[in-house]
Amino acid sequence: MSGVLAPDRSRPEPAPAPRRRPRRTTLDRRSGTGLGLALIWFSLLVLIPLTAVLVKASEGGWTAYWAALSDPQTAAAIGLTIVAALVVTAINVVMGTLIAWVLVRDDFPGRRVLEVVIDLPFALPTIVAGLVLLSLYGPHSPLGINVANTRIAVGLAFLFVTLPFVVRTVQPVLLELEPEVEEAAASLGAGPVTVFRRIVLPSLAPAIASGAAMSFARGLSEFGSLVLLSGSLPLHTEVAAVRILGYIEGDNLHGAAAVASVLLLVALAVIVLLDLFSRKVTHRAD
Amino acid sequence: MSIEIRSVSKHFGDFTALSDIDLTIPTGDLTALLGPSGGGKSTLLRIIAGLESADTGTVAIEGVDATGVPARKRDVGFVFQHYAAFRHLTVAENVAFGLSIRKQPRKVIAERVEEMLELVHLQQFADRHPAQLSGGQRQRMALARALAIRPRVLLLDEPFGALDAKVRKELREWLRRLHDEVHVTTVFVTHDQEEALEVAHHLVLINQGRIEQVGTSDQLYDEPATSFVMSFLGPVTTFGNTLVRPHDLGIATAPTGRPGEVGGRVLRYNRVGFEVQIEVDLAGAAAPALVTLTRREAAEAGLAGAEQVWVHAVADAVRVPVPHAEPVPAVSAGSRELDPSGVR
Amino acid sequence: MPTDPVATDARPTPRRSGGGLFRNLRRAVVIVYLGLLVIWPVSLVAVNAFAGGVGPVLAALQDPALIFAFQLTLVTAFWSVALNTVFGVGISLLLVRHRFPGRRILSALVDLPLSVSPVVVGLALLLVYGGTTGWFGPALQAAGFQVIYAPPGLVLATTFVCLPLVIREVTPVLIETGTDAEQAAASLGAGPWQIFTRITLPTIKWAVVYGVVLSFARALGEYGAVKVVSGGVAFRTQTATLLVEERYQQFGATHTTAYTAALLLTVIALVALIVVAALRPSQEKRS
Repeated sequence: MSGVLAPDRSRPEPAPAPRRRPRRTTLDRRSGTGLGLALIWFSLLVLIPLTAVLVKASEGGWTAYWAALSDPQTAAAIGLTIVAALVVTAINVVMGTLIAWVLVRDDFPGRRVLEVVIDLPFALPTIVAGLVLLSLYGPHSPLGINVANTRIAVGLAFLFVTLPFVVRTVQPVLLELEPEVEEAAASLGAGPVTVFRRIVLPSLAPAIASGAAMSFARGLSEFGSLVLLSGSLPLHTEVAAVRILGYIEGDNLHGAAAVASVLLLVALAVIVLLDLFSRKVTHRAD
Repeated sequence: MSIEIRSVSKHFGDFTALSDIDLTIPTGDLTALLGPSGGGKSTLLRIIAGLESADTGTVAIEGVDATGVPARKRDVGFVFQHYAAFRHLTVAENVAFGLSIRKQPRKVIAERVEEMLELVHLQQFADRHPAQLSGGQRQRMALARALAIRPRVLLLDEPFGALDAKVRKELREWLRRLHDEVHVTTVFVTHDQEEALEVAHHLVLINQGRIEQVGTSDQLYDEPATSFVMSFLGPVTTFGNTLVRPHDLGIATAPTGRPGEVGGRVLRYNRVGFEVQIEVDLAGAAAPALVTLTRREAAEAGLAGAEQVWVHAVADAVRVPVPHAEPVPAVSAGSRELDPSGVR
Repeated sequence: MPTDPVATDARPTPRRSGGGLFRNLRRAVVIVYLGLLVIWPVSLVAVNAFAGGVGPVLAALQDPALIFAFQLTLVTAFWSVALNTVFGVGISLLLVRHRFPGRRILSALVDLPLSVSPVVVGLALLLVYGGTTGWFGPALQAAGFQVIYAPPGLVLATTFVCLPLVIREVTPVLIETGTDAEQAAASLGAGPWQIFTRITLPTIKWAVVYGVVLSFARALGEYGAVKVVSGGVAFRTQTATLLVEERYQQFGATHTTAYTAALLLTVIALVALIVVAALRPSQEKRS
């Protein structure tokens, strides 16, 4: 996981000392001012606007909130988003691990091209992602497959934009694995499947879990790639993010905020989960 | 007096790194701060440098109070265990760094860098990057960099700790000669008692945040103030209620009638090079005693094959009472290094 | 020099584990999967753009709406990348080099923008900076400063979604390099600013460049958040991605302009990835 998430535990947490209260901070005037400015900017840009979403969602209390979420069209959109994100995450766990395995343990001409291909969904604008998927799986498909405006299109778009997550979290862990450990297991009589299941997989599990969590969060929040591809048919292919936009365009900001708050809370939950995973990884590394 | 430390204490959370340290380091001296890892010696060095601030107490350098002065204004040269090379700068640029911060004229800097690189024998590497140097060369570069600013004191934090044994030995020798040439007050931290005894004029033995003893290497070795000092600076074994050096024990196959002589059974008889190590189970002792002597002495005393022996401490033996509650284990018979087991 | 982001000196020689049959099967599955999901679809954007030959593409490139959209996108991306670089380097230094109450929470929160749906970002900004109903919007409006449905809103939305990218690149490098060199510089007399410009900045240079390139690619391609705060008025707030959508949904028209704009964006994304892949090893070699 990224260093941003990995807590630094190189020094014991400060606790009251007998002689004098130890300093809980290493900030001086200069860095303190810097932190103040950074916090003001971060608040104006991120914290206050996200708080505004929660405040707006809470207007009218639980009843109004529940009413907004239980609107059939909204409930269907949230349900579809969650189910599609779960299914796609399950596929990513398998395919992402397999792709990472092939990229790390195998070598063939064009492997490096695949490395760039994996990152492409990160860098490609989502509206373009939707456009290119529509080109291959839409009405003018050279394959003769047309899934535009169906729920399969939703899954397809999610698969595209979430492709890098599991691959990119598993890959570095796989690179770090010592081959000696696997060789030792093999020398003790374990077959390839047993070695993978009992030696490799447990080491990869935290990375796979982090990748899966990020993939799930990304799927939930996806918007741009669906605009052209899924048709956003109410009660059928409309996802939560599109529903929010529908509310905004219909000037129902409360409804928009209610759905947004659900996505926001899931995003927060994922952050907390990732923090726990990264702690676990750090702990193991100690 | 060059460095005066008064009542310095330092805590990290509830861990006491230093507890009420008083220490005076004379000008021009080469002093070692010696002690086990985590004992607080590096923290003390960093407090002298201003890289860490003490919770209480004062530090004066050359008679000037430096307690609240930031590191960059203290004029100390600091050498780190892992070199702290500026990786994006060449060797010459590394050495020039402190001078260019001081806005010295270009010509002066060039001359000083040349002089310093000559001192550390790195002239031919001036335009290389640190990544292209060996560990020993990098550490010499770091020394040149620290010395280039003509510091009032030179501080070295485990300067040879990251190097392999052979290079470490060379650099020790070299540091001592360098000090003879440059005469700057030098303090270095080490956990290796052999290194401290070999290089330093004065030793400060620090353990658990306290100073155990200050003195020359002879003083510490021959007149240890505590059992800790004694066991840290060389092999020890228990004899009766005292700690004693294994080579300060005499041994015979028959009673000699010396005071304090104790009989015992030979457990192990081990020849290591020119030395013979004999482990003896003494009557009434909790742990066996270790006796070392030369092969010639062993042969003369007819000890080979002996089962029953009599052991005594020689007349001028250094003896320190065994501390209560924590008996010092007998040095294992295979150990020839001046390395009390467990403390490194 | 290897040009892929993962191949480093430390990389063990790839081992051919498993039987040949399984290995070929794994390879085939991965290549077919990536081919059908990414390679083929993305390549179609070029095919479709040039479906009518080179002429229509050249004509589309001279479409004033397209030129305006790309200019607006570039300017927006420039400002948001500039803001995020300054903020990102600063906050990374604070998070890695200092201890203060709430540091852990802040460290987790700066990653939040990556997990927030772009539409939610747009909505959040709308609720605060909206000209009529926002918390601060009416006051700013009265002071003659329009945020939403204007370029500042585009910059804010883009900055929000790109916020963690520089930080995520810089913090690991700062953690890994440690503070020895900075302390050595301090002991040699360097002040905080001198340490930053002469030691820290050269150390994190490649990480910053890497973060800037990634942010720039992401900023150019932002769609959802921009969609909400822009209003999508051609020649005023229509960015490149909004142009792609609008032109594609125009009925009856050939989609050449949409595909041309999409192709441009794809090429920029690819170039960014390749630049970053080329930079990454040179950065790792130094550390």
